[in-house]
Amino acid sequence: MRDGRPASFYWLALFFGLFVLFLYGPTITIFILSFQGPNGGMTFPMNGVSLHWFEKLWAGGGIVDINSAFQRSLELGVVVMILTVILSVLAGLAYRKRFFGDGLLFYVTVASLIVPSIVTSLGIALQFRLIDDAVKNYAPAWVSDGLSTTMGLFTSGLGAHLTWTLPFGLLVMFAIFNRFDSRLEEAARDLGATPWQTFAHVILPIILPSVIGIGLFGFTLSWDEIARSSQAIGEHNTLPMELQALTTTVTTPEIYALGTVTTTVSFLVIGCALVSILILRNRQARFGSDAGKA
Amino acid sequence: MFSTFRTSGVPARLQALPFALVFLLFFIVPLALVVLVSFWDYNDYAILPHFTFRSYTETFEGCYDQLPNLCTILKTYVSTVKFCFIVWLLTLVIGFTVAYFVAFHIRSTTMQMTLFLICTIPFWTSNVIRMISWIPLLGRNGLLNTTLQSMGITHAPVEWFLYSEFSVILAFVHLFTFFMVVPIFNSMMRIDRNLLEAAYDAGATGWQTLWNVVVPLAKPGIVIGSIFVITIVMGDFITVGVMGGEQIASAGKIIETRLNALQFPPAAANAVILLGCTLLIIAALTRIVDMRKEL
Repeated sequence: MRDGRPASFYWLALFFGLFVLFLYGPTITIFILSFQGPNGGMTFPMNGVSLHWFEKLWAGGGIVDINSAFQRSLELGVVVMILTVILSVLAGLAYRKRFFGDGLLFYVTVASLIVPSIVTSLGIALQFRLIDDAVKNYAPAWVSDGLSTTMGLFTSGLGAHLTWTLPFGLLVMFAIFNRFDSRLEEAARDLGATPWQTFAHVILPIILPSVIGIGLFGFTLSWDEIARSSQAIGEHNTLPMELQALTTTVTTPEIYALGTVTTTVSFLVIGCALVSILILRNRQARFGSDAGKA
Repeated sequence: MFSTFRTSGVPARLQALPFALVFLLFFIVPLALVVLVSFWDYNDYAILPHFTFRSYTETFEGCYDQLPNLCTILKTYVSTVKFCFIVWLLTLVIGFTVAYFVAFHIRSTTMQMTLFLICTIPFWTSNVIRMISWIPLLGRNGLLNTTLQSMGITHAPVEWFLYSEFSVILAFVHLFTFFMVVPIFNSMMRIDRNLLEAAYDAGATGWQTLWNVVVPLAKPGIVIGSIFVITIVMGDFITVGVMGGEQIASAGKIIETRLNALQFPPAAANAVILLGCTLLIIAALTRIVDMRKEL
């Protein structure tokens, strides 16, 4: 297009810079403050530099049982991630053909994003309350005796998280298959590949980077999820729920240390995913076909 | 299982079945239960399955008599919609400007992706952490207040920086502008650059091009981003709780309060009302643009 930068470029660049500062400033602040000295408070100035608040967090027994909440969130995140990948890929494949109710299922999926999370969460809580009643009244005594509720991390909680992660998974699958060259499949079929072989050796390697993306999306969405968990998770809290509860009671930098730790986990997970996507891209570039290239 | 692959491939409906089951069990049925239970009776201990409008009438109790003054529930909804509108406007203006800069003023794709990624990274941190990260900046002894005082601009700490409507709106904008940037950027990247060139050749000014070419073509992204922001803000009770110091009422907060008191039918009735309001706003938005065409 035209040469040179118009004046608006510099104003917009300044605006962008301020936006980035706005995005990062606060997070960097608590990152720094989590290294506050033992006598330091929740604000600047820093009163020495130490790992005191991390040690306190690690020792447990301080504010809350962080370790088990951490573990619960991690386990749930991994299960949500695996299920999100499998179900989204299957559904993505299904949407390449037509099937009964495809339009309806699409609208339901989008609706799940639009309906406020607290409403979904409330519905799941009601559902499991009714299931509890049914179990207590009709199930044989050996089932119902020891049972306080059927709600739990991997029943109601898992379901609640999947209604949040799966829509993103499906939308990503749509984006992938919109760009997918189906001649590659036809070629595989012509060469006598079974549908399973076509999937395993042609489709999957091509879509793999995006599939990793879906998994990563699933994990982080679950890892940070509060609104849907709030009523639907059962007796034990996940880490973000603990954190939310702590915001009103904890008045030491320990909460910043906790923030720094969970942020680090998010960054590690996403970092690993980005690296594996890059490796896969490189592999495709190296071993992929050079047909049509000069 | 894989033997079926070999003969004919798995039918699409079987592939979609597990996905559909999740939404049937954890979305459709729960939503239906919310509507059903909102018409049930209750006492201190249990939900009583008799049909009644009690939850709705109690929610709006006294609203008619107090007119033209607003009763608590109407006030709460007015304030929720007000928050929603302010946050929507701010995220739209900021999100549009940021997306416009990256999409039209940055020339190399690598640079575009880098800047885009920079906007994405804060999103990797949990929302609660991003909320509490405002406390050391805005609090009574926070960075902003100490700076203002040391510069002699104020003599006492400014109280309304934190745990106020201001801090709630600030946190919303901080957390959710991203939801505007992504779809608007996506729409902008699909705009044929020749159209801009044509507008320039036809003598349009920068503003005219922006208003008559870019904005209409970016409309799908604007609407999708708006729907995201509006539904989140309408249903939110966490940001309002943490950043408002548990002092500010919102539609989501009413539901949460009812639930903590284990009053399921009134909670459900409020959920139905909230859902109705949210859907009305979205219906109005989707009249502006046909979503199905854009996906």
